[in-house]
Amino acid sequence: MVDATAVLTRTDAEPRGTKPKRALSGRNIMIYGTLFVFSLYYLLPLWVMVMTSLKGMPEIRMGNIFAPPVEITFEPWVKAWSQACTGLNCDGLSRGFWNSVRILIPSVILSIVVASVNGYALTFWKFKGSDIFFTILIFGAFIPYQVMLYPIVILLREMGLYGSLWGLVLVHTIFGMPILTLLFRNYFSTIPEELFKAARVDGAGFWSIYAKILMPMSLPIFVVAIILQVTGIWNDFLFGVVYTKPDLYPMTVQLNNIVNSVQGVKEYNVNMAATLLTGLVPLFIYFVSGKLFVRGIAAGAVKG
Amino acid sequence: MTNSIEVKDLTLNFGSVSVLKNMNLNVAEGEFVVLLGPSGCGKSTLLNCLAGLLEITDGQIFIKGKNVTWAEPNERGIGMVFQSYALYPQMTVRGNLSFGLKNAKVPRDEIEKKVARAAEILQIGPLLDRKPAALSGGQRQRVAIGRALVRDVDVFLFDEPLSNLDAKLRSELRVEIKRLHAQLKNTMVYVTHDQIEALTLADRIAVMRGGIIQQLAAPQEIYNRPANLFVAGFIGSPSMNFLHGATIDGGQAFQLGDLKLALAGYEGGIVGARDKVILGLRPEHLVVQDGAEPGVTIPAMVELDEPMGADSLVWLQAAGTQMSVRVPVERRMAPGTKVHLKVDMSKASLFDAGSEVRI
Repeated sequence: MVDATAVLTRTDAEPRGTKPKRALSGRNIMIYGTLFVFSLYYLLPLWVMVMTSLKGMPEIRMGNIFAPPVEITFEPWVKAWSQACTGLNCDGLSRGFWNSVRILIPSVILSIVVASVNGYALTFWKFKGSDIFFTILIFGAFIPYQVMLYPIVILLREMGLYGSLWGLVLVHTIFGMPILTLLFRNYFSTIPEELFKAARVDGAGFWSIYAKILMPMSLPIFVVAIILQVTGIWNDFLFGVVYTKPDLYPMTVQLNNIVNSVQGVKEYNVNMAATLLTGLVPLFIYFVSGKLFVRGIAAGAVKG
Repeated sequence: MTNSIEVKDLTLNFGSVSVLKNMNLNVAEGEFVVLLGPSGCGKSTLLNCLAGLLEITDGQIFIKGKNVTWAEPNERGIGMVFQSYALYPQMTVRGNLSFGLKNAKVPRDEIEKKVARAAEILQIGPLLDRKPAALSGGQRQRVAIGRALVRDVDVFLFDEPLSNLDAKLRSELRVEIKRLHAQLKNTMVYVTHDQIEALTLADRIAVMRGGIIQQLAAPQEIYNRPANLFVAGFIGSPSMNFLHGATIDGGQAFQLGDLKLALAGYEGGIVGARDKVILGLRPEHLVVQDGAEPGVTIPAMVELDEPMGADSLVWLQAAGTQMSVRVPVERRMAPGTKVHLKVDMSKASLFDAGSEVRI
C-alpha cells in the first residue's frame, strides 16, 4: 500500500504552479539601476531649467545651478511671456505663441486632410501610374530641405505669399506630404478591400466612402498624424525664419531672438522660462496622447 | 424563361495576362448558378465584373435585359456578399443594413420597414443594435446577406461566403442560403471552390479553369457526365479513377495491357476504335467482389483501408495504377487481399486522351 501522506508531501516539494520570482535578483538590480541612471541623465537639464527659471538674478549669480530656489519667484515667467524684448517689440513671447498657433492650426488641418485623401486614393482608387506617383512622392522625403529653400522663396514671391502666414502654411503642408501620405496609405492598405467593395455596391462614392467608412475606422492614424504635425510644425525653426517676417515669426524663432539678444545683461531665468514656455505645447501633446500615439504608430507599421 | 444575367463575349485582361477569355454566360430568372473552380480560375474575377467592381476589357453584361456594362455597382440591381463579411465595423447591424438605402436616399420610415423585414427573414432582430465585433461568424454572414436583402436587388452575388466559417456553421448556413433562395426566388450567382456547396446549392454549376467555363450544367449532369477530363477530375472526392488505354474491336471493348473490359452499356454509344483513350470510373461505381468475370471485372490488390464513418474507402493496386473504391464500412479488407472490381459501364466516362474531351 502507498502511504497517502507521504505522496502528498513529496508532490508539495516539487515545482508546481506559478514559478516564484525574486524581487531583488541581480538581473533586476542591473535593469533598474541602469534605467535610474539614464532617467537622471535626461531629467537633470530639465531640473536645472525649472529651478533657474524660478530664481531671481541675484540668486543665479551665486552659481549653485542644481540648488532649488531659496525664494521662489514667477517674475521670469511673466517677463518671458509678456515683456521680453526682441528688437523693437517688447511684448514678450506671447506674440510668437499666437503666431505659432495661427500657423499651426491651418497647417495641421490642411496637411492631414490632403495627405489622408492622397493615401486613400492611392490605396483604393488606383489609377494608371499611381505607384510611380507614390514613389516620386516618397522620394521627396529624401531631398534635403536646404536645397529647396531658395526655390520656394521665389515660388512664394511669385504667388504673392512670401512673408505671409499662408505662405508658411503652404510650405508646411507640402513638406508634410510624403511622410503623411505614406502613413495613411500604409494604414489604409491594412483595411480589407472587400469593405471598400461592399461600400461601392452599397452606392457610396469616393467622398462618402472616405468620410463615412474609412475615417471613423482610422482614428488612431489620424491621432498619429496630428501629433507628428503639431510637434513638427511647432518645433520648426528653419521655415519660420526663412518664409516669414519679424512680425509674424513663430515662437521658436522669437525664442532664439530673446535668448541670443546681445544687449544688456543675460537674464538666464527669463531665458529658461521662455524655453520652457515654448516647449509646453509638444510636451502637452505627448503627455495627453502617449498611448494613442504608440497604438497608431504600431497600426501604421503593420504593412509596408 | 427570361435571362436575368447575360454575359456576352466578356474578356478581361490585367496587363498582358488574360484572366477571362471571351466568356458567354446566361443565367435564367430565379436560377442559382455556382461558379466552381480551383484558385486562380477567374471565378471571383467574373463575379467582380458582374458587380461592376472591375472594369472589363471587352464584351457586354446585361442584367434584367439592361446593358450595365458601364454602370456603377449600385446601379446594377445587385447585392453582394463577401467572404470576409465586409461589415462596416463602426456601425451597428442596423447601420450596416441601412447604409445602402441611405445612399439611395430612401425615406427613413421605408428604411425602417425594410430593415425590419430583412431582420425577420434572417432572424437577426435581436442583434440590430450590436456592432459587428460583438457577433459570431455565422451572425456576421447573416448580416452581410441582409445588407444585400434590404436593397431589393434582382441578383445576389456571393463571393465564397462560407469559406471563413467552421465546418458545422458552414453546413448550417448552406442550408439557410438554399432556403433563402427558395423563399426569395432571386437570381443568385455563387462563387466557391467547395464542390459540396456547389453540388448541393446549384441549379446549374459552371466549372471554370483558366478563365474559361469548362462545363455549365446541372449538378447531376456534371457529376455523371463530365464534359472533359478536368471536370471529371475536379468534381468528386476522392477523385475519379482514370485508366489510360485504347478501344479495340471497333469500340466494343477497352483494353489496357492484359485487361479487357466490354464497353457494352456505355451511354456514349459506339465509340469506334481509338488508340488512346482514358476510362474514368468513380469510386462509388465500382463493386468489390471475390470472383472474376471476364470483360467486366478488374483484378486488384488491397493496399489500404480508410473507414470514413458512413462508408469506407479502399485503395487498391489495379491495372497498373492506384485506384480507390467506396465500399460499405462493414466490409473491412486487409492489405494484400486479392479481389476483383466490377465495372458498371453505364456510369463510366470515356475521354479522348489527346483532346481530353468526353467521347
